[in-house]
Amino acid sequence: MFENIGEIVLLFWRTLLALPLVWRQRQKVFEQFFEIGNASLLMVCILSFFIGGVLALQTGPLLTEKSLGSYLGGIVGYSICRELAPIMMSILIAGRIGSAMAAEIGSMRVYQEIDALRTMNINPIHYLVLPRLVAMAFALPMLVIVAILVGWFGGAVVAEGNNHIGLSFQAFYFSLRQFVESKDVANGIFKTFCFALIIAVVSCHQGLMTIGGPRGIGRSVTKAVVNSIVLIVIFDYVLTRVLMLFNK
Amino acid sequence: MNASAPNPYGVSVQVRGLRKSFDGQEVLKGIDLEVRPGEIFVIMGPSGSGKSVLLKHIIGLDPPDDGEILINGESIQTPEIASKYRLALVFQSGALLNSLTVGENVGLYLTEHRLKSPEEISKIVSEKLEAVGLKDVADKMPNELSGGMKKRVAIARALVIEPQLILYDEPTSELDPLSAVVIGEEILKLKNEIHVTSIVVSHDRELAFGVADRIAVINDGRIVTIGTPDEVKKTSDPLVQRFLNADFKRDPPKPKAYEKFT
Ligand SMILES: Nc1ncnc2c1ncn2[C@@H]1O[C@H](COP(=O)(O)OP(=O)(O)O)[C@@H](O)[C@H]1O
Ligand SMILES: [Mg+2]
Repeated sequence: MFENIGEIVLLFWRTLLALPLVWRQRQKVFEQFFEIGNASLLMVCILSFFIGGVLALQTGPLLTEKSLGSYLGGIVGYSICRELAPIMMSILIAGRIGSAMAAEIGSMRVYQEIDALRTMNINPIHYLVLPRLVAMAFALPMLVIVAILVGWFGGAVVAEGNNHIGLSFQAFYFSLRQFVESKDVANGIFKTFCFALIIAVVSCHQGLMTIGGPRGIGRSVTKAVVNSIVLIVIFDYVLTRVLMLFNK
Repeated sequence: MNASAPNPYGVSVQVRGLRKSFDGQEVLKGIDLEVRPGEIFVIMGPSGSGKSVLLKHIIGLDPPDDGEILINGESIQTPEIASKYRLALVFQSGALLNSLTVGENVGLYLTEHRLKSPEEISKIVSEKLEAVGLKDVADKMPNELSGGMKKRVAIARALVIEPQLILYDEPTSELDPLSAVVIGEEILKLKNEIHVTSIVVSHDRELAFGVADRIAVINDGRIVTIGTPDEVKKTSDPLVQRFLNADFKRDPPKPKAYEKFT
């Protein structure tokens, strides 16, 4: 995958240069946006509810035993908004939407639809990549906001319901508000925004590069998802490290 | 004629020493040809001889390994050329966008370049669809159409551009004889009305000799012969003769031994 990094960066740059045209493509941006939301909102809710729940379940009893139970809301809240929601949802969306983007653009490539666009003097970057990138850049952070809230809720439900923890709803949220600041949430959202760009650019690039019939499309889809996830995890570390410098 | 067309006349096309290889296999082995403005130029040749690849080069989709293609004397590889001349290619497979309706496909050029209002576009779309013999298909999806219908929609989509050069890749290969005649007449009509330059790739001998001003026969990446239909018919080249006169025999030839007794 790394031999293509140059091309991926170039595609990203060209798409950025096309940003002023986004208003003309707003219809397609909205279509993509709703498609992303429609396809993943329920999954995002289920996934983040249980992530919050299991986090409370794993840490809650231990903390309660050491009579640190009142920290539970803070620990669950902090790790969800800074790390778990951004990365888990981005991986989910890479699998759910990145794959679809690679498949759709890949089949357009293989069946010469992209050549047809070019003969009509329609730039495939403006027509295909730009709307997907912009829609993803908005949709994924919004999904992660939902995921953070639902994840907190999941943690609170388990904290109250599990009889080894028995921390009330109010106590959970009180603890959460003591530890989690809005800049922690902003931090998570910023990382998500970067992951959204990675997913869209990597998947569109992989789609545009597709060669060789239906098999090629399959290969592109796999590569798009795997490469997105690898890059997300690497960037997660790098971004976290960089954001630390700003937080001092 | 439409007011938006700045230059209603066809362009000239020159192909010089064009070579192209894919993975070490040379597909085009030095093609030279010249198409005059407003001419209908037919390219014939067996499958796999490089006709589709040649068309893709002429319209600038593929960069040549060697040689050049000039449109009105300017290289097709210069970036401004696409906005300067209106060129269209009707793909062998149609290459309609599967996510759009037939009508949206046909009107795509106008919509994306914002050349007309939506009402005007839908009027032009049904006009052009009718010109290729299609009615009431604008709201269908491409995958609801037969191969021949897709090809005709692709032609309509090319007509909407009001091109100065139009390339057809086997326009009649999936059509019934009646529709093929409609397409042939449309090709002639475009030449006579707006003097578009046409390059038609086809094995369809009736279409070729019916519409061509000049014909080139290509084999194995090289041009074998080039000339007016009459000249090509009279060529002594055995391959051209075989290609033009190929006909299957209903009665298998009698075995040699049989002749002795008759
Ligand atoms: N993109 C490509 N990659 C590799 N080989 C190709 C490509 N396009 C065409 N070819 C090869 O070039 C030759 C000519 O193809 P083509 O021009 O499609 O033939 P035809 O004259 O039937 O239209 C074929 O052998 C084909 O396999
Ligand atoms: Mg062909």
